[in-house]
Amino acid sequence: MNLKSITLGQYYPVESPIHRLDPRTKILLTLALMVAVFLVRSLVGYALLLGFVYLAARIANVPFKLMMKGIKPLRFILILTFLLNLFFTTQGNVLFHWQFITLTDQGLKLSVHYSLRLMFLVICTSLMTLTTSPIQLSDGLEILLSPLKAIHFPAHELAMMMSIALRFIPTLLEETDKIMKAQMARGADFESGNLIARAKAMVPLLVPLFVSAFRRAGDLAMAMEARCYHGGEGRTRLRVLKFTRADLYAALAVAGLLVLIILEGRLLPAGWLL
Amino acid sequence: MSIELRHLTHVYAEGSAFRSVALEDINLTIRDGDFLALVGHTGCGKSTLVQHLNGLLTPSSGQVLVDGEDLAGEGVNRRALRMKIGLVFQYPEYQLFEETVAKDIAFGPKNLGLKAEEVDARVRAAMAQVHLDWQKYAERSPFELSGGQMRRVAIAGVLAMQPEVLVLDEPTAGLDPHGRDRILGIIEELHRQGTTVVMVSHSMEDVARLATRVAVLSHGKLLAEGTPREIFSRQEMMTEAGLAVPEAARLCASLRAAGIDLPADLYTEDELYDSLLKRWKEAGR
Repeated sequence: MNLKSITLGQYYPVESPIHRLDPRTKILLTLALMVAVFLVRSLVGYALLLGFVYLAARIANVPFKLMMKGIKPLRFILILTFLLNLFFTTQGNVLFHWQFITLTDQGLKLSVHYSLRLMFLVICTSLMTLTTSPIQLSDGLEILLSPLKAIHFPAHELAMMMSIALRFIPTLLEETDKIMKAQMARGADFESGNLIARAKAMVPLLVPLFVSAFRRAGDLAMAMEARCYHGGEGRTRLRVLKFTRADLYAALAVAGLLVLIILEGRLLPAGWLL
Repeated sequence: MSIELRHLTHVYAEGSAFRSVALEDINLTIRDGDFLALVGHTGCGKSTLVQHLNGLLTPSSGQVLVDGEDLAGEGVNRRALRMKIGLVFQYPEYQLFEETVAKDIAFGPKNLGLKAEEVDARVRAAMAQVHLDWQKYAERSPFELSGGQMRRVAIAGVLAMQPEVLVLDEPTAGLDPHGRDRILGIIEELHRQGTTVVMVSHSMEDVARLATRVAVLSHGKLLAEGTPREIFSRQEMMTEAGLAVPEAARLCASLRAAGIDLPADLYTEDELYDSLLKRWKEAGR
């Protein structure tokens, strides 16, 4: 097992105009894209979306393949969605009937729509996570959520917790890797045996991991207090987020896509290409 | 038991944006009875190298031969070999997990599949080796001991497997002078009793005192390898690797530069003291 190969948050660290966009822009535009996914009425719309996402990946210097990889863990849910909608929709004209199995044109339409929607939701969000570092993401989220402070929503605390959690994921992975190796050097066997034997084999890994996680948490709290951390009140930022011209262009591009997709839904005759 | 590294290269995260070469074309032989010190500045690949010695990492290219057998070869029982080559990681006290000291030390021998009596005998022996009183400590929780004691428990956990080669990654890091001397004393004793030792160290004084051979790593490459006398007489090479030579060797070089006639390859305090004393006596006569 190689824990180093896990890329968390899926951030793909290269230089590109999309990487340089303000994280707030990317969060909001991702939401807009998700809305667009739900507005699509026909395969033409999906083709438009696919074209847009492909272009964005090219501009972002991210291999398109890597983006599509995000779908892989979802394959069972996708297949299930497809099959359930296909077999359990009873409205519409019957296309095929055999014993208790009935396929209708409505069912086919729904199952294609739902599974494509799911796929595009994942692809659109991975476009954001691949091009935005976790720290930027939580920074952006904090500012976007800060209006909610008026109703006592702990936006700063939430963002702080998120960035700490994200910051420590690689550390804990490294720690896990190290403890695992240390126990393997003492003959621990994590890979063979039945379920119970394997669960038991985790004890020498989990106990030291928890001990060190608590120690780290304590140390971190101490270090933060020693530097007078007292919550978000009156804190200024090291990296001040700024909208630039590029953010405007990105927003225009997404707005254009939205318009096209809405037009596509209105203009194409109903039932054309699903 | 000898370990031979042949053209060992290790690359982390091959084929991704995070790709980095940790070790490049390392050729090194560890012979039976050696005390090899591995030195190099931080991030030069020492820890990566050490993990190849017992097959925890497999080379990207090249080979690790243990008694002539390729560690990555098919049909090699890596788990069994791993226990013959004991590896003590950096800060090994963070791997302790059992309720009592004795149980924790017994983890390795138990994994060897030994009988209960044999395990118990080995725990007692290992505790004696690291100077932990069995009566006093066997039933204590390892988490309530001091840092130095915890480290000795962790080392005992590896010693209890009675490895033929003991590999230690900075065994004295973060300890006070007393704790450091204790650990080094234990390692010295083990080497004297015939265990082959590989030790990663930042302290050139410790290396000068204990090692029979020194290997210098720099940016993933083996810069030099030889006896401490050979290595420490090459001050320029050591500086290039971002390392210092022992204080005695440095003082000796300064004295030579000031025109005092001393041998060029002194590196321990005792040697320097003896030569200076000799010269002083000769001068006084």
